[in-house]
Amino acid sequence: MREQLENIKIQAEKELVNAQSIQELENIRVRFLGKKGELTSVLRGMGALSPEERPVIGQMANDVRAILEARLDEAARQLASKERQEKLASEVIDISMPGRKRSFGKKHPLTQVIDEIKEIFLGMGYQIAEGPEIELDYYNFEAMNIPKNHPSRDVQDTFYIDDNVVLRTHTSPVQARVMKTQKPPIRVICPGRVYRSDEVDATHSPVFHQIEGLVVDKGVTMGDLVGTLKEFARALLGENTNIRLRPHHFPFTEPSAEVDVSCWGCGGSGCRICKGEGWVEILGAGMVSPKVLRECGINPYEFSGFAFGMGVERIALSRFNIDDMRLLTENDVRFLKQF
Amino acid sequence: MKAPLKWLSKYVDINVSPKEFADAMTMSGSKVEGIEKQGEELVKVVVGRIVSLEKHPDADKLQVSKVDVGTETIQIVTGASNISVGDYVPIALDGSSLPGGKKINKGKLRGIESNGMMCSIQELGYTRYDFPDAAEDGIYIVSEEILKEKYADAAKALGKDIREAIGIDDTVVEFEITPNRPDCLSIVGLARESAATLGTAFRKPDIKVNESGGDINEYAKVEIMDADLCPRYAARVIKNVKIGPSPQWMKEFLRAAGVRPINNIVDITNYVMLELGQPMHAFDLDKLEESRIVVRRAREGEIIETLDGNQRKLEAGMLVIADGKKPVAVAGVMGGGNSEICDSTSSILFESASFNGTSVRITAKKLGMRTEASSRFEKGLDVNNVVNALDRAAQLIVELGAGEVAGGIIDCYPGKLEPRVIDLQQDRINALLGTDISRDEMIRILRSVELGVDDKTGRVTVPTFRQDIEEMADLAEEVARFYGYNNIKPTLLPGKEMTRGIKTFKQKMEDRIRETMSALGLYEIYTYSFTSPDIFDKINLPKDSKLRNAVVISNPLGVDYSIMRTTTIPDMLTVLARNYNRRIEEAKLYELSYTYSKDNPRTTQVEGIDESGLPEEIETLTLGMYGKVDFYDIKGVAEGLLAELGITEYEFARETGNPTFHPGRTAVLMIKGEYAGCIGEVHPDVLEKFDISTRVYAGSIEVDKLVASAGHKAQYKPLPKFPAVSRDIAMLVKDEVMVKQIEDVIRKNSGKILEEVSLFDVYKGKQVAEGMKSVAYAITFRAADRTLTDEDVNKAMEKILEGLKNELDAKLRE
Ligand SMILES: [Zn+2]
Repeated sequence: MREQLENIKIQAEKELVNAQSIQELENIRVRFLGKKGELTSVLRGMGALSPEERPVIGQMANDVRAILEARLDEAARQLASKERQEKLASEVIDISMPGRKRSFGKKHPLTQVIDEIKEIFLGMGYQIAEGPEIELDYYNFEAMNIPKNHPSRDVQDTFYIDDNVVLRTHTSPVQARVMKTQKPPIRVICPGRVYRSDEVDATHSPVFHQIEGLVVDKGVTMGDLVGTLKEFARALLGENTNIRLRPHHFPFTEPSAEVDVSCWGCGGSGCRICKGEGWVEILGAGMVSPKVLRECGINPYEFSGFAFGMGVERIALSRFNIDDMRLLTENDVRFLKQF
Repeated sequence: MKAPLKWLSKYVDINVSPKEFADAMTMSGSKVEGIEKQGEELVKVVVGRIVSLEKHPDADKLQVSKVDVGTETIQIVTGASNISVGDYVPIALDGSSLPGGKKINKGKLRGIESNGMMCSIQELGYTRYDFPDAAEDGIYIVSEEILKEKYADAAKALGKDIREAIGIDDTVVEFEITPNRPDCLSIVGLARESAATLGTAFRKPDIKVNESGGDINEYAKVEIMDADLCPRYAARVIKNVKIGPSPQWMKEFLRAAGVRPINNIVDITNYVMLELGQPMHAFDLDKLEESRIVVRRAREGEIIETLDGNQRKLEAGMLVIADGKKPVAVAGVMGGGNSEICDSTSSILFESASFNGTSVRITAKKLGMRTEASSRFEKGLDVNNVVNALDRAAQLIVELGAGEVAGGIIDCYPGKLEPRVIDLQQDRINALLGTDISRDEMIRILRSVELGVDDKTGRVTVPTFRQDIEEMADLAEEVARFYGYNNIKPTLLPGKEMTRGIKTFKQKMEDRIRETMSALGLYEIYTYSFTSPDIFDKINLPKDSKLRNAVVISNPLGVDYSIMRTTTIPDMLTVLARNYNRRIEEAKLYELSYTYSKDNPRTTQVEGIDESGLPEEIETLTLGMYGKVDFYDIKGVAEGLLAELGITEYEFARETGNPTFHPGRTAVLMIKGEYAGCIGEVHPDVLEKFDISTRVYAGSIEVDKLVASAGHKAQYKPLPKFPAVSRDIAMLVKDEVMVKQIEDVIRKNSGKILEEVSLFDVYKGKQVAEGMKSVAYAITFRAADRTLTDEDVNKAMEKILEGLKNELDAKLRE
């Protein structure tokens, strides 16, 4: 019996090595270790053994079974792994083929610029204020220290509905509304659509967008204005951006400034974007005129403030390198997809 | 304002290059628009004299000339016919260049050698506007007088650079002057700013008048009737006037400043206006009836022919300068033809006056003639500059030998304007600027722009030419611009109370709308808010439609931009049409913008200011698409958006009566039973008018209605613990039955265990009888507290099928 068991082991091991599939392994298992398998039939002859030999042979049979089972499992693992490898090898695809299209739309470049500017100021504690586009002459002009028949009105060619109603020429009327309804501290930005009677061309549009900002509090200084605009310019255009203020005149601020930023195209050495100047004008700003504060019910001896404003189209054009403003309102899908 | 540097240099030392000067002025608040170097492009063009002229042997239209160019005599072949021997002409030598980059080299013309070119005024880069003495067509013949004035002997001009000879060699700096600084619309004003900017000396013009005797009061009288519109009127009388050309130096200054030289009297008035900022006028004294000037409001219907030759009908209230009988000038705007000086004028009355700016502005606007004078007066000129200017003009009359100045001056100045006095308040200035500028430095700066400061009291006396300086903030600006805006240290609102930078709920919802539109594959567009009244017909609106009642712009850019839109659909269609006609296969677009409803005035009030004159502005989401899309795509966008905004109480109802849309493929969106928008296929009649030959789907939804119902409080529901059971059913129903009806029946009959009803097929065609359609649903059941049995589900299904049969006459398909 010893010999028989030994033979079973040798025979089974030999066949194991040659087995090519899980099925073949299973056949081997059934043949040698199954209920009707060879090992079982050998063990059936146990009864003929002496009581001394029985446990010895029994132990031996168990060992053979254990060894064979281990071998079978091992062979099965190897085969499975081989089969997995082959399957993987057969499943190579052309990864250079294009991915399946998912159609996402996009926000208009103007919205993208407005959103970015809003984010910067929200982060600095500003709220977003809005007001009507068809506006009272009073808010658009008079509250902004631009009386009727004043030459300053020439600077902003205005669309009139009637003597008292205009299409707002800037978002400043929103500032007036905010000052009349909120108590300082005030920190708001006023984004919105504005109108001036400019003929349409590559750099002008009678409809465009502005974002103005207003801060009113105790002890607000022009230094705060400079610091705020510098912070803003860096957030919008990069950490290395510098700003430069040039004295200017706006009826609603005093002192007033035009604000240039160092050119993001060339960093200041001169290029096409900055027309060789190294600076690009993007903002108007100043300390809120005491006349405006008084008109809006704020005591200029107690409070001071600053205001600034910028044209969104202008920033969008230079930021995206767009050379014609009309593209923004043409809305060609091939244009809109680019941003 | 164009400032020739030679002129400016009479009153200030400019010790830096033009570029540095321009930069410095810009940084102190006088913004430089550009620097023009006169004659920059003229190279190797000199003065020559024609020595001889002969016919070209082989060409009728050409002449062969010998020209003395100082160092030599050269031969030039020319086609010009306006030249004679002895003429002084501009000669472009061999190797010279002219404006526009034109190069002149020697060569042969019809076989005869030519060593240069004679130039017309246009070839020198100018026109007869600047040089009225130039030939209309031909070579510019330089007058001998000009050369004599410059070189004493004309012959000495030969070979001299033409730029020097005819005075086109200055550098002209052009300033953008803001409306608050009319004082800088003058050479002297700019010289003052330049001196303060550069830290150099400012020299005021030295004005002295040599009077020739007599008494002005014997020649003329002046009376101001309406002092409210004319605070001051001064006059001088010039006798024995000799009208003639101005000297070269004056012409050169005027030309460089962009003003055309005309004759000595006109030139003097222009010169004084440019130099001192005070517009002037010269009347022919003999044409003034009763030798009187009366400053008064016009009488209704009075007519004056102005210097430009137009008859002007005056309105009562417009200020005029009249003589004893009739208006002779529109005050501050333009003189009249009836008192114009001419070659035979022998006595003139010079006017230098101050007029109310607003009145001048309104008059000029009403008469449609904004002039150089009116645009200056309307900004508010210095009333105390009036006599200064008058004397300067008189001084120039004598200097130019243009006449004799009668003794005395008439100066009607009923209420003298005193300079404003304000307190320095250096602490408040520093507090406003965020600076620490010393009191001495502030005083130094203020004095540099001629503000008087009393050291002890700190009282600042503001000269009357600075009407813009009224209070502390204005002084702060003066201090800041010479201290240097860019020397102010940046700070970030230190120690200020925190403010919360968050968006309102509405603003957040607007963001979500845009994000959802992007996720659903739509691109955002921007279109104008004003449009043409034609669009109502284009979208088939009935004549009585409320949408036709639009806000009208009184001064539009044109009829196409003349009304504020009441609907955004036409603009969307225009954009879709543009894309379609550019052969773009598919477009899916949206816009978030406003419409303006005149029928619904604003009801808001701030501090009692009535806003009912303003229309309601309705924020609108507009959708539009064509390509591989149908009604269910645009509906899917709307549903996707509603889901994203957490709006559940809505329904789409069939809309057959909107003339812009297809009667069978349009739905209105009702949120909580209220109209919120409309979507559908655009009517083919409308598409035809927009030149689109494919199906288009469009719609508009009111944003406020979305925002009002948007839910933002998501609440967790436990995930199901027991399995669901799903059954499919297919049925035949009449074509006109809407799936909404079927779903309603299913829901009504399925009890609490219904989880979801999902349509998966609608079929019409061969296998289905005419007038019928097959509709298939997957119905899912689930109970929250147990596993459903077949019996539960069968019972529910039976009820559903019975309901469908009874209510909709549905036939179950096996
Ligand atoms: Zn650059």
